[in-house]
Amino acid sequence: MNLTYTPEQDAFRAEVRAWLEAHVPTGKLEHFDASREGFEAHRAWEATLKSGDWGMVTWPKEYGGRGLDLIQWLIFEEEYYRAGAPGRVNQNGIFLLGPTLMEFGTHEQKQRFLPPMASGEEIWAQAWSEPQAGSDLAGVRATAVLEGDEYVLNGHKIWSSRAAFADWAFGLFRAPGSERHKDMSLIFFPLDAPGVTRNPIRKINGHVGFAEIFLDNVRVPAFNRLGDEGQGWHICMATAGFERGLMLRSPARFQEAAAALAALWQRRKNTCDPALEGAVVRAHVNAEAYALNIYQTASRLMAGAKIGAEASTNKIFWSEMDIHLHETALAILGAEAELVTPTGEHDWLDDYIFSLAGPIYAGSNEIQRNIIAERMLGLPR
Amino acid sequence: MDFTLSDEQQMFADTARTLLGDTCTPDHWHKLMEQGAAFDAARWAQIVENGFAALLLPEAAGGMGLGELDFALIAIEAGYVALPEPLVESAGIGAPLLASLAPDHPALADPAAIIAVAPAINPVVANADIAAAIVIEKDGHAFLTTPDKVTLTPVESIDPFRRLFRIEWDAANATDLGPADWGLALDRAAVFAAAMAMGLAQRAVDLAVTYAKDRTQFGKPIGSYQAVKHHLASAQTAIEFARPMVFAAAAEVAHGDVQSRARASQAKIVALEAAEQAARASIQVHGAMGYSWEVDVHLFLKRALALKQSWGTPAFHTSRIATRVFSQPVGADQTFAREKQDA
Repeated sequence: MNLTYTPEQDAFRAEVRAWLEAHVPTGKLEHFDASREGFEAHRAWEATLKSGDWGMVTWPKEYGGRGLDLIQWLIFEEEYYRAGAPGRVNQNGIFLLGPTLMEFGTHEQKQRFLPPMASGEEIWAQAWSEPQAGSDLAGVRATAVLEGDEYVLNGHKIWSSRAAFADWAFGLFRAPGSERHKDMSLIFFPLDAPGVTRNPIRKINGHVGFAEIFLDNVRVPAFNRLGDEGQGWHICMATAGFERGLMLRSPARFQEAAAALAALWQRRKNTCDPALEGAVVRAHVNAEAYALNIYQTASRLMAGAKIGAEASTNKIFWSEMDIHLHETALAILGAEAELVTPTGEHDWLDDYIFSLAGPIYAGSNEIQRNIIAERMLGLPR
Repeated sequence: MDFTLSDEQQMFADTARTLLGDTCTPDHWHKLMEQGAAFDAARWAQIVENGFAALLLPEAAGGMGLGELDFALIAIEAGYVALPEPLVESAGIGAPLLASLAPDHPALADPAAIIAVAPAINPVVANADIAAAIVIEKDGHAFLTTPDKVTLTPVESIDPFRRLFRIEWDAANATDLGPADWGLALDRAAVFAAAMAMGLAQRAVDLAVTYAKDRTQFGKPIGSYQAVKHHLASAQTAIEFARPMVFAAAAEVAHGDVQSRARASQAKIVALEAAEQAARASIQVHGAMGYSWEVDVHLFLKRALALKQSWGTPAFHTSRIATRVFSQPVGADQTFAREKQDA
């Protein structure tokens, strides 16, 4: 164990910092879920990132990445959040589908899909949940039937984040009449393909953060299937591991929020309950505990280990810490907490509302606890 | 930057796990409790023979010259078996403190000798009656004495395996060793208490898992019910996020700056919380059995309760973290930062 950065890692941090200082937009962009304009402004930012070769730093160069290791990725993320850079509109692509494609895709699929994902030219949504298949994902009913070298897709997907404005979706389908967990396939489809209808759904903050998608005899090439036919469930579980674990929620996000909370406390501590200081300090402790866990995971992965069921503990930890952090902020704001934040200021209220989604998406925390109990602890189903 | 344990460290921890697991079984606990004892001389001899008591001592003093992270791994295993003997107190805290002040002291030459520590922060001192040396804090100085030169009054802990004493002493009957690094001693104590807590927590969960697989109600193992599963999953989650904090705190103790002190305090808080949460979940999952003396879960709750308040209360440690948060830069790039004087 060596908890100091090498001179090369320090130099890398300086390089990232300098580039971000020169390129991060000064004003806050409109949220990518708020409007088409906000979405496209974030796509333009992805192109700027790509111009500096920062699109997806851990991916191999041949697929549009920079070929860096996970410690460098953590440093990049730390600098990214420190600089207040815009949210990643393509997170479903770069953090979920990307790593999955890397593991299960053919060379041709990687060449086709990864570079435009890294550059933001193609922005992705996840199309897994259905009205009758949420936590019980194996109950999906949407079907894929192979006709010649094309799949014909039918069904109804829902709660697809970014799908209101995104270009592509990766969906979970089954062979008609097949049993749970079996004969499922992960298939990509363009969201503007003939037969696709998408209806935006408003989130509780008013943004059109997700959509429902109807597929009516949508035809896509068989090339768009990831992995073998029938391997869909296995691949989805691997993707879920990325979603719950390392990639989607980098520690920097929470460390910067905890630092902002400490600053908020310093500004307002004379006007609120002094006992709140303990919660402010605890938010810092939680964020560091999460960061150290992720550094440990990154080091283990670099030494050849694989992510397992412990990814479910990550999901629980970061989602619960995020709520604690933001409810502490609202407690400090006191009677002003309900006031909608003026544009450009730290939006504790909206971030609190968003934190309430954490225990639900990417597999509810109830499901995560089942996974921990059954796969880590070996309790019976 | 590398957050992995070395092969040697893992092998060493495996050796400790095997030795302590074989010699400190539930049968041993029960036997000691029946005898009203909390020290097994044969087991202590084996611990000493394997070098665990000399781990932190410099090689010049006959020790192994290893670091706090190496010792923390042993302390985790000591927690897992609710070890009665003062391995952590003597070898983890007392011996390196004495070695820094009086490297030629004869107690350091005898690897089986117990070195008791009485810091100002603790109202009682463990194993003072069987110690070859007692190191007492007063006005920042360390005073060295022996059991025959002080008045020891035994006090009973709720943990049957903690042998505690109130101590009355006179500086005239002690040797003033001069100013000592009591801050470092406290940091080590906090980190090793946290490490023991990791063992306590995991054992509490493991006992509950075993019970929940076996015990049936309504025709099914109780471990198949989500309400039972979720107690244990929450406890395991707390363990998973405390452990890296304990490792980092152990690896950084030697820095002796505001960050390393805060890290030790963070580790102590989150690890003891995890231990208490796990022990309480385990009692709940065991049901009425968990509330009985017969089932051993109570040992883990009691040690957790004791360690949570010793070597600095949670409030004390929270204030040390507050010092770090409000006096030094915080944020995503500060995880491994060191103290800046002009911050």
